[in-house]
Amino acid sequence: MKAIRILAPTLYIIFLLLPIYWLLNMSFKTTNEILGGFSLWPREFTLANYAVIFTDATWYTGYLNSITYVALNTVISVAVALPAAYAFSRFRFLGDKHLFFWLLTNRMAPAAVFALPFFQLYSAVGLFDTHIAVALAHCLFNIPLAVWILEGFMSGIPRELDETAYVDGYSFPRFFTRIFMPTIASGIGVAAFFCFMFSWVELLLAKTLTSVEAKPIAATMTRTASTSGYELGLLAAAGALTIIPGAVVIWFVRNYIAKGFALGRV
Amino acid sequence: MARKTTDQKGWLFVAPVVALVMFNAAIPLMTVVNYSVQETFGDNVFFWHGIGWFQDVLQSERFQAALGRQLLFTGIILAIEVPLGVAIALAMPRKGIWVSVCLVLMALPLLIPWNVVGAIWNIYALPDIGLFGRVINELGFDYNFTQSPFAAWFTLIVMDVWHWTSLVVLLAYAGLSSIPDAYYQAARIDGAKRWAVFRYIQLPKMRRVLTIAILLRFMDSFMIYTEPFVLTGGGPGNSTTFLSIDLVKIALGQFDLGPAAAMSLIYFLIILAFSWVFYTVMTRHEGN
Repeated sequence: MKAIRILAPTLYIIFLLLPIYWLLNMSFKTTNEILGGFSLWPREFTLANYAVIFTDATWYTGYLNSITYVALNTVISVAVALPAAYAFSRFRFLGDKHLFFWLLTNRMAPAAVFALPFFQLYSAVGLFDTHIAVALAHCLFNIPLAVWILEGFMSGIPRELDETAYVDGYSFPRFFTRIFMPTIASGIGVAAFFCFMFSWVELLLAKTLTSVEAKPIAATMTRTASTSGYELGLLAAAGALTIIPGAVVIWFVRNYIAKGFALGRV
Repeated sequence: MARKTTDQKGWLFVAPVVALVMFNAAIPLMTVVNYSVQETFGDNVFFWHGIGWFQDVLQSERFQAALGRQLLFTGIILAIEVPLGVAIALAMPRKGIWVSVCLVLMALPLLIPWNVVGAIWNIYALPDIGLFGRVINELGFDYNFTQSPFAAWFTLIVMDVWHWTSLVVLLAYAGLSSIPDAYYQAARIDGAKRWAVFRYIQLPKMRRVLTIAILLRFMDSFMIYTEPFVLTGGGPGNSTTFLSIDLVKIALGQFDLGPAAAMSLIYFLIILAFSWVFYTVMTRHEGN
């Protein structure tokens, strides 16, 4: 029993890390070495692939673009989801349950369905190829998720908290920002984490809504397939760098994830 | 659960969300509905076509085949990821430094852009220079995911398990860590078996998070596009052409807007129906 407890997570983590190791391994090889044959570690260790990415503007602006729209999306999603989740957890109003399910249905809409209409819509309002366009488009699936998560956390907070604050003479905005938001801080952390995650990993809409100015890194990567055959080393280095922002975010929210859900709708 | 009061000013609070999602959902959805009932010969001239496209799509073997593949894929990955995720969450340490280390390492695949996931598995599974492909071939199996449909499916499923099981683990773990120690002590005093502890204490406590996990996994696997597109491109042949891949081929490849729109709506309705049934069944006992 004890052995299984240690063995199972260890094996699982090895299973998770092997492909990532292989990516790193590839990224430190020259393309010639990669195509030349199979080797478990780089024989001619090189940083050339990374050097290309950090010196070529078409590469590194891809990262900046992605980070810009993901940050915008996370802020917008959480900011508008907070009052909405509060309403769903505290008030009964006309059509509330239908509205809640309708919001969730948008989380179920396949991006492939919306790709073409989104392109037309955002072109029509003159936002095509801007960061804000992608940030707004990702709200389609991130707002419902943020409302869903935050509503769970808020429902776990007893109403007495609200009432006591009003008795003490707090106005609603002051109560909401000074007392309520700190109380559900871990919920906000979890919601922001999920918004970041789903916006960072999505490509279809981000690619459809941009061409040059706001092109995401993930779309830049598809370029390596077409120019001068397959530049696998470069592709691997670019891929390895896309893992870093996610890893940094996980490190910051690691305590919220376990504790956060436990406090929430469980 | 906090008690609720009837108060119509709730609408004031949800107004920004409704406005934003309306802009993003209602306008594009109406565009799709528009296309789905019209026929065009170019030049922006449209004719009423009624439900013709819907009939065409529902009767086409191509759509039925893609739907079949989609259902099979979603069924398989749910059957693997949910039990595996719960099992790993059960085996994880409860306290100490290892919890953070495990959680961070396990969450890594979740935060990799989807096309990078496809690219990682591409170079990992290549039969000649990929570790995974090479090892399988060394073991004596003839494995090449670009040629054999079975190998392509196998690779896609292992990739999805690699990519998403951690989501189930994180959610299940969060559910488990909310169980007070007193419950386990009471179970020990009663002499409960391991299975009984799981069935009557741990599983009920995990129900809400598992609902979220299964719903998210169902929706996302049903909408899967980028990873198989990068890894197999829907092939070999059409063997891994799932609904989204087929849809994008029709809409953006062939620019058949009418059939693509009709297919979009049918596709969306299928997800909606499944999710609604599941949501209703899983939340039936809560009685708000």
